[in-house]
Amino acid sequence: DWDGKVSEIKKKIQSILPGGTWDPLYDTSYLPPERADVVIVGGGVLGLSVAYWLKKLEKPRGAIRVLVVERDHTYSRASTVLSVGGIRQQFSVPENVQLSLFSIDFLRNINEYLAVVDDPPLDIQFNPSGYLLLASEKGAAIMENNVKVQRQEGAKVSLMSPEQLRNKFPWINTEGVALASYGMEQEGWFDPWSLLQGLRRKVQSMGVLFCHGEVTRFVSSSNHVETASGEKVNLKRIHEVHVKIDQSLEYQPVECAIVINAAGAWSGQVAELAGIGKGPPGTLQGTKLPVELRKRYVYLWHCPQGPGLETPFVIDPSGTYFRREGLGQNYLGGCSPTEEEEPDPGNLEVDHDFFQDRVWPTLAQRVPAFESLKVRSAWAGYYDYNTFDQNGVVGPHPLVLNMYFATGFSGHGLQQAPAVGRAVAEMVLEGHFKTINLSSFLFSRFYLGEKVQEHNII
Amino acid sequence: LSHPPQSLHLLAPVWKGGTRGIRGLSRVLAPEGNQKGRSLLQFLADRFYDVEALRDYLLRKQVLKVNQKNRPYNYIKQRYGPYVAGAYFILKQGGAVRFQGKEWIRPNQRGHFSLDFLKLQAVPVEAVDASGCAINYQGLDSLLPLKELQSLWLQRCPHVDDWCLSRLHPLASSLQELSLAGCPRVSERGLACLHHLW
Repeated sequence: DWDGKVSEIKKKIQSILPGGTWDPLYDTSYLPPERADVVIVGGGVLGLSVAYWLKKLEKPRGAIRVLVVERDHTYSRASTVLSVGGIRQQFSVPENVQLSLFSIDFLRNINEYLAVVDDPPLDIQFNPSGYLLLASEKGAAIMENNVKVQRQEGAKVSLMSPEQLRNKFPWINTEGVALASYGMEQEGWFDPWSLLQGLRRKVQSMGVLFCHGEVTRFVSSSNHVETASGEKVNLKRIHEVHVKIDQSLEYQPVECAIVINAAGAWSGQVAELAGIGKGPPGTLQGTKLPVELRKRYVYLWHCPQGPGLETPFVIDPSGTYFRREGLGQNYLGGCSPTEEEEPDPGNLEVDHDFFQDRVWPTLAQRVPAFESLKVRSAWAGYYDYNTFDQNGVVGPHPLVLNMYFATGFSGHGLQQAPAVGRAVAEMVLEGHFKTINLSSFLFSRFYLGEKVQEHNII
Repeated sequence: LSHPPQSLHLLAPVWKGGTRGIRGLSRVLAPEGNQKGRSLLQFLADRFYDVEALRDYLLRKQVLKVNQKNRPYNYIKQRYGPYVAGAYFILKQGGAVRFQGKEWIRPNQRGHFSLDFLKLQAVPVEAVDASGCAINYQGLDSLLPLKELQSLWLQRCPHVDDWCLSRLHPLASSLQELSLAGCPRVSERGLACLHHLW
């Protein structure tokens, strides 16, 4: 007892001396708190959406302390703000359609959900112009099936023949198009930056703590158990998250109960820090989180004789897409490269030759007016690309019990963020999905090999 | 509290029922005047959780009020049909309605209207004058089944925005006149999707 007391006194004296943990003379407000209930890694639209729904659905109010860790407060490389901002319900997987339907409801009533007293109402600049997906002969049957699924879930999509397309949109060249699906309502594009700022403002008013730092280490404890069939499994629980402050060697260990991985394109690296994927390949311990960085280019061009105000977001069967931007005959668009042509995701430099070789020919073939255009600007952004089946990963990891994923949406994360945030919050607070059942999006499908393949990915 | 009648600026229009029409609602949506009253309330809201919660509640109550006005009248629709339900909805909001071959039906100064039109179950509605009404996206549920609607006047409606305009495409076959003059929330993005109507 006496020895214990002596060591305690020694520890206290050591902490008071300069260099120790107790420094009353220095301002430590940039450090995250020492304890938090939920730590969300990543402050993009998915992370903030999870934080919002956690605070909204918690009972009683103020019960959970949430910390959002974001290493780049300018969001210069975040997928959210570099996104083209489209939202559509035309997916082939029914869960995706349901997620988009809820998200568009959220966006329409955004001032009810994200209202902060004394702050101006949010305007996300939504253009309800719809999506037009074109299909060739081969894809026509798949498109019809998809539209049936979408209509069953409640999306309003109409099918058009090439004749009707020519009547409605005279600037389209319908060569090679057998069928088109046009979503007339609840589809379009909006400004992702204002959604992000709105979420940030509301989430701060609800009491969520923000930290400008990077997660460098997870301290976890292991528990070796035997399953019913006698196999030995190693269940882990993360106890501490080491958050390294930006441009400094200082780090703060944050004790936490739950960690949510919403790091977007870098989720794979964060998962590796937690030990996911360290094991013999083919086992559950050895299954990595298959989310990688993939670079995608977006080009903005001006075409004086181009399609008019009625232009929807057009997606060609070859994968090229474009939409109208503003009222000055400017258009933005791009194309997803094939696996062989994937650019190096080390930096966000734009390759203009890609536009000349891949994007422009298909554009000019589909819309003859685009033969004469001038590229005004271009940028590149990252997809949090799920190499397994290009659909999101949601829910807890089977072995690292308190890490939840909300990532891997491969280009449609922004449009499903409000619904996914709510699903993850329900999973954390109640243990199961209440409103939208996303059990087919759990991590275990990577080990079991059950692909949830989404056909309509651009 | 030195200015009791002015300080709770958000409350007064709601209590007095002065939110009918554009003037009351624009005062409430963008309260610019009365700086002293507002900053006092802001001062209190920054320091006391109860005041902040009260203001939050009042804000949500305003929104709920508009949603309540736009609720669907399912019983009337079931009993009397979609035309009568749509007409009842508009009259309740304070607008005017004209059936095919009849005169305009308007509510009087106090918002009362005669229920004679309940007999006109099979007569389609031809024109709707919803000027100044608090009709929003959800309220259009009652207007969209009016398949023979020829003219729709949504002048000075404070809650009609781009989302509502994208919803008007089912009326494309019959609609001949649409008026959106003075709607503060309609922007060029909503007007860009009016191409469905021709």
